[in-house]
Amino acid sequence: MNELIFFINKVIISGASIGAVYAMGAIGVTLIFGILRFAHFAHGDMMTMGAFFAFALTALFPTAGQLFGLPTGFVMMPFAMLITAVIAVLIDKAFYQPLRKNNVSSVTMVMASIGVTLMLQGLIRLFGGIEAKHFFFAERKDIFRLSLPFESASRKIVITEPQILLFVFTLLAVFSLHYILTHTRMGKAMRAVSDNPDLARVSGINTQKVIIVTWLIAGSLAAAAGTLLSLDVSLKPDLSFNLLLPIFAAAIVGGVGHPFGAVVGGFVVGFAETLSIFNWAIFLRPFKDSFPEWLELPSKIALVPTEYKITVPFFILIVILIWRPTGIFKGKVL
Amino acid sequence: MNIISDNKRELVLVGLASALVALVFLNLGTAYGLRMLAEIACFTIIALGLTIQWGYAGLFNAGIMGFIALSAFVSMLVSYPVNESFWASGDASSLAGVFAGLGVGIAIIWGINKLPVLQSRTKLRRLLVLIAIATTYLMFMQSLAPVASSIEKTAGFVGGFGLPVWMGWVAGGIVAGLLAWFVGHICLGLRSDYLAIATLGIAEIIKAVLKNADWLTRGTLTVSPLPWPVPTPGEIGFITSRALYLAIMAILIAVIFWLLQRAYSAPWGRMIRAIRDNELAAAAMGKDVNGRRLEVFIIGSVLMGIGGAALVTFNSIFDPSGFLPLHHTFLIWVMVILGGAGNNLGTLIGTVIVYVVWVMSEPATLAVFEGIRYLGETWFDWQAPNDFDSRALQMRVFVIGLTITLVLRFAPRGLLPEKIREH
Repeated sequence: MNELIFFINKVIISGASIGAVYAMGAIGVTLIFGILRFAHFAHGDMMTMGAFFAFALTALFPTAGQLFGLPTGFVMMPFAMLITAVIAVLIDKAFYQPLRKNNVSSVTMVMASIGVTLMLQGLIRLFGGIEAKHFFFAERKDIFRLSLPFESASRKIVITEPQILLFVFTLLAVFSLHYILTHTRMGKAMRAVSDNPDLARVSGINTQKVIIVTWLIAGSLAAAAGTLLSLDVSLKPDLSFNLLLPIFAAAIVGGVGHPFGAVVGGFVVGFAETLSIFNWAIFLRPFKDSFPEWLELPSKIALVPTEYKITVPFFILIVILIWRPTGIFKGKVL
Repeated sequence: MNIISDNKRELVLVGLASALVALVFLNLGTAYGLRMLAEIACFTIIALGLTIQWGYAGLFNAGIMGFIALSAFVSMLVSYPVNESFWASGDASSLAGVFAGLGVGIAIIWGINKLPVLQSRTKLRRLLVLIAIATTYLMFMQSLAPVASSIEKTAGFVGGFGLPVWMGWVAGGIVAGLLAWFVGHICLGLRSDYLAIATLGIAEIIKAVLKNADWLTRGTLTVSPLPWPVPTPGEIGFITSRALYLAIMAILIAVIFWLLQRAYSAPWGRMIRAIRDNELAAAAMGKDVNGRRLEVFIIGSVLMGIGGAALVTFNSIFDPSGFLPLHHTFLIWVMVILGGAGNNLGTLIGTVIVYVVWVMSEPATLAVFEGIRYLGETWFDWQAPNDFDSRALQMRVFVIGLTITLVLRFAPRGLLPEKIREH
């Protein structure tokens, strides 16, 4: 029984929380992919930037969370989302829009976004330093330990407050995104631009406005994902490419330009990561006595050693590119 | 007279680059200047590799670091002196056993894929291949782990083969080409962004493997000193030895440059540019678009491999954590797009200018931020953080990013644009 609880803690809960973070990042990437038609490499650092704003606000008002009984970082998150969303629009105005006007190829846009990612990285590390930071310096991180009603279960299921907030927020975000995309004029316009930009433009849709809304959504979700990830673990300014690869994998697995596919893809990648670094040998331990003597049980059977975690999203990406380049939900091949 | 007015831009830029190099020689001494020139020479080969990929064919390689690191490792493995204690221990034979097992596994996978019975049953074949891959992988990992830890305990690491350095460079180039074949084979048929994502990922993976496989690379302990193709500074002094190294690199660059110029104006080069500029039209003319792209991608990566191996050999230390995306990928991007992608001379000049500026920017940034710290502390009573210097250097990351975006916007074709000949 304890082994099962260990599995739940290590695979289900941590997989779901990292998956939720990837999902929120991947929604932004896939929206940008669908509407602006380029892979946005600056997304990882946009997430870090959002988390950094939340951290700065938390450091400024360390007691604000007590008013609501929530972690301060979470209370500050909406402001961080707002700031990041506005910055995302400004970045677009300053760096991407002029290139779009010149009608450059999508690869050039990708390169520009790498330029932007380097700029963001430089600024974040210049002002924030390079060491990891913790949000909970003025308050305590609530950790819930649930025990199962079985006698053999002496261990407890551990879930932290930031993880619960992360799940709730992800649900809210996905449902409101669904509402926006299917029931509002703007959302319908976004889907139209994603399907056929030229047709959308000639039928009178204001593409400029659509692009701004896309950046607002992508930027705010990136900030939320970054903040919630940093609340759960810590704020690491050097994550960028380690975060970017799983997010791209998630977006491509779900099908490019397909926000709900991105959500599914995020969880697929998240669970794949935790499943492959999980030590499966612990499931064999209860049966140790029934094994013959000559068969020595290995102490660790993991598909991938923890230090090679980054290979998992890459492997998923390669498999999906070989077998189903459209992703599981038949996204676009732009 | 015509030659001068036709090539005014080239002459001005060559003059500027030479002036920069001369300034370095005058201010920092001949030994340092030669070191910088040798590094520039290595970066030039890498940049020429990128200019083929990006300038000739429009392929986006965001993982140059991976190709450099892999080929540097292969070159180290081939040319580093033999580690006697490893070959004397029983680990050598058990390691051979592990790899023989891997070979058998790969043969089985290949066999399943080619089995005539399964050719018509795609789904079953894929399933079987997948099972075979998973089993091979798990068996390999399980059998490797004890051998690896035993090697680490007794012999440290496997050492090298003690072969001449040039063989190491050639082997490095070949392995980089194989890696390019693998990535290109999967991604080149798809949209161009996917190649960027895949190369970025593979670079991070190669770095992670090299950093953690201590039995193979000594990981963070680093391997040094790497053997040189010419007598080392310890034997004949810094200046002579570096000058000899530089001479070898200069010959190598001259040969590569000449070959590239020939290739560029040959029918092959025209075809590559036709594919880059209008894929559909080229395909309609019966050109094998993806095949040619794969060709270009591999050739470029071989050059990156050779340049990377030469670079690491020159620094004489193999340090897997020393490979940084900023230094080994994006700096090279700046060299190529600033110099003029698709123009070999432009790439060469871009490399010289960007590298000199890059090397000089470190003391310059520190000086500027020292000034900021002084002003802040005296005027505003501000306390600078402890890691102020390492933070200050991050400013260079920002500048590299800004340069990329500005060049793309205001001079998308670089300082020396590719010359389009009208016929």
